[in-house]
Amino acid sequence: MAQADASMELDNRSGGSVEKMVTADGLPLKTSLRRAERRSKLFAFALVAPLLGFLLIVFIFPMAQMMWRSVDNPQIINTLPRTVEALEAWNPSAEELPPEEAYAALNADLAEGLERDRGAIGRLQGRLNNDVSGARAAVRSVAGQAGDRSEPFKDKFIEANALWGEPAIWRVIQREGRPLTASRYLRALDREYAPDGSIQMRDEGQRTYVALFMRTFALSATILGLTFLLGFPISYYMATLPMRYANLLMIFVLLPFWTSLLVRTSAWIVLLQQQGVINSTLVGLGIIGDDQRLSMVYNMTGTIVAMTHILLPFMVLPLYSVMRGIPPSYMRAAKGLGAKPWTAFRRVYFPQPLPGVAAGGVLVFIISIGYYITPALVGGQSGRMISNEIARHIQGDNPGLGAAIATLLLVCVMILYWVYNRLVGADNLKLG
Amino acid sequence: MAVPTYATPLEKLWHYTFRLICWLIFFFLVAPIIIMMPLSFNAQPYFTFTLEMLEFNPQGYSMRWYQELFASESWMRSIRNSFVIGIAATLLATVLGTLAALGLSRAKLPGKGLIMMILISPMVVPLIIAGAGMFFFLSSVNLANTFLGVVLAHTALGTPFVVITVTATLVGFDHSLTRAAANLGASPTRTFFKITMPLILPGVVSGGLFAFITSFDEIVVVLFVAGVEQRTIPREMWSGIREDLSPTILAVATLLVLLSIMLLTTVELLRRRSERIRGMSPG
Repeated sequence: MAQADASMELDNRSGGSVEKMVTADGLPLKTSLRRAERRSKLFAFALVAPLLGFLLIVFIFPMAQMMWRSVDNPQIINTLPRTVEALEAWNPSAEELPPEEAYAALNADLAEGLERDRGAIGRLQGRLNNDVSGARAAVRSVAGQAGDRSEPFKDKFIEANALWGEPAIWRVIQREGRPLTASRYLRALDREYAPDGSIQMRDEGQRTYVALFMRTFALSATILGLTFLLGFPISYYMATLPMRYANLLMIFVLLPFWTSLLVRTSAWIVLLQQQGVINSTLVGLGIIGDDQRLSMVYNMTGTIVAMTHILLPFMVLPLYSVMRGIPPSYMRAAKGLGAKPWTAFRRVYFPQPLPGVAAGGVLVFIISIGYYITPALVGGQSGRMISNEIARHIQGDNPGLGAAIATLLLVCVMILYWVYNRLVGADNLKLG
Repeated sequence: MAVPTYATPLEKLWHYTFRLICWLIFFFLVAPIIIMMPLSFNAQPYFTFTLEMLEFNPQGYSMRWYQELFASESWMRSIRNSFVIGIAATLLATVLGTLAALGLSRAKLPGKGLIMMILISPMVVPLIIAGAGMFFFLSSVNLANTFLGVVLAHTALGTPFVVITVTATLVGFDHSLTRAAANLGASPTRTFFKITMPLILPGVVSGGLFAFITSFDEIVVVLFVAGVEQRTIPREMWSGIREDLSPTILAVATLLVLLSIMLLTTVELLRRRSERIRGMSPG
């Protein structure tokens, strides 16, 4: 801000020997300066505020809302308050059913819920079904006539659906009859509650997510390794060329970078599929028989090839900009001092672009662990990643589980981003 | 990088092998994109070169996939949607992002690190998570399956790019220019439009282009929050790839590649111009 009020004059009115600096309107200079600085800060904040507010509402709040959904658990406690109360004294680890009063309370809760809000019963069914398979049908089979049912409730419930004769569903109602739950996180880590309330691994056949997380990390690490193997030589090559040629070659890197993701993914399908360009060429050249066409897409190979292609520019761009700044004289000096070319490269050159390698590497890794589109389109079964599970659950019947997996993934990304920040600093993020 | 005359044969061999490897990698980068272009003129519904095509027989080529594309109601709608949503989101993101970048460059704001983190977050959070969050949020405010919802989501995703590019332009910005303008009696508005704006314009435009391409190419959030009416080009390609893979996709892809070449050239020219104006490079 240009401070018109900073035009100062010497204050001689006091007549004393002390010369006090004041502004045109008589304020001491210090106060005026402080005021101007405050005004400038306020003005700056007013410029940032619209975007900040917008993102807080449209981006940060939705993220928080999603995380909240991973623990939010109102369905049981709101719809079945009496049942939850009646189950308080019941010992879940003993292999016996709750007393008749619990069944009576459940009947009363269902009758009231049916009258007040049918949607709540639907949400309750969905919620219970997340933890006990078959619970949806079990609730539906007894909810309808809850209004006209009379004693003995226990027998009638078990007659309507055998699930009511097993302690499992009652354990869930008792344990999950609270406003918050950790059950989705347990599920996302392939764990579950044992009958006595302790935490155990799920059965071998039901474990999914830990393995999928591991596969996602392994695939991302593979892709990271490949982008490094392919990115290092071309960055080095471009860095040693005169600017003019390097800029021309840069087009080869920037063209894929700017090309639509869907275009690049479909390009790989066209190239790799059984009737595609590569297979047809190989068959046409007689290298493989018509019945030996390679399956290179809709599996892990497809994911790795397509994602390496898509993420390679993210490795090359930071690597190249670091390598540009490395004086070629170091290598010459090393060789001049008697180092063999390989030794000179390994001991003198290679350590220098490492910060660029780290920056590009973390970037590639961050992007690939959250990648969704390419694995979903070319990954088939073996090339699936954790993001595919998030999408499936968010839009399926267990959004809470999807939110829990998404939160876990977000934590991983945040940790990596923190590392990235330590390495390069967010302000140094460069584009293109 | 020429081979020095004193290089041993082994060094020469390595030199040429290295070049060959590099060119193979460059080939890997661009070949998949280039190869779709001739294939999009295939007269047959195949994803491979037919014998006629290899013999450069005109019979092997046709415009049928382009005709099919322009005759298709759903493709045309998706093209319209992509531009409407992209332009709306770009305008919003550019205005919000430029203002914020100007504010951030002005004064030592308290909590600048935190503010910056929030402003950059849409770029860092994986799209699948952003999409999931947006899905819950927009459904809860009844904006799922509306144009406004998609535009708001894309604006959020595009703003970090504007903030980053404009901030980068402002790094070399000489603040004494605005002070001089003010000293000469220009109002802050006039100073902004006459002095600041022309200088940061390249940054603003390339930030805007980044925001546009982000929205134009975005699919994950669209999958979550857009209905049939809001389908964009990538969304239509997604169904095309999943349901019936027809060479129409190659025609769309070819057009998209041409568009990205145009955008890439524009951004590159802007970057050079900006560097020249600010005297950061000789030319």
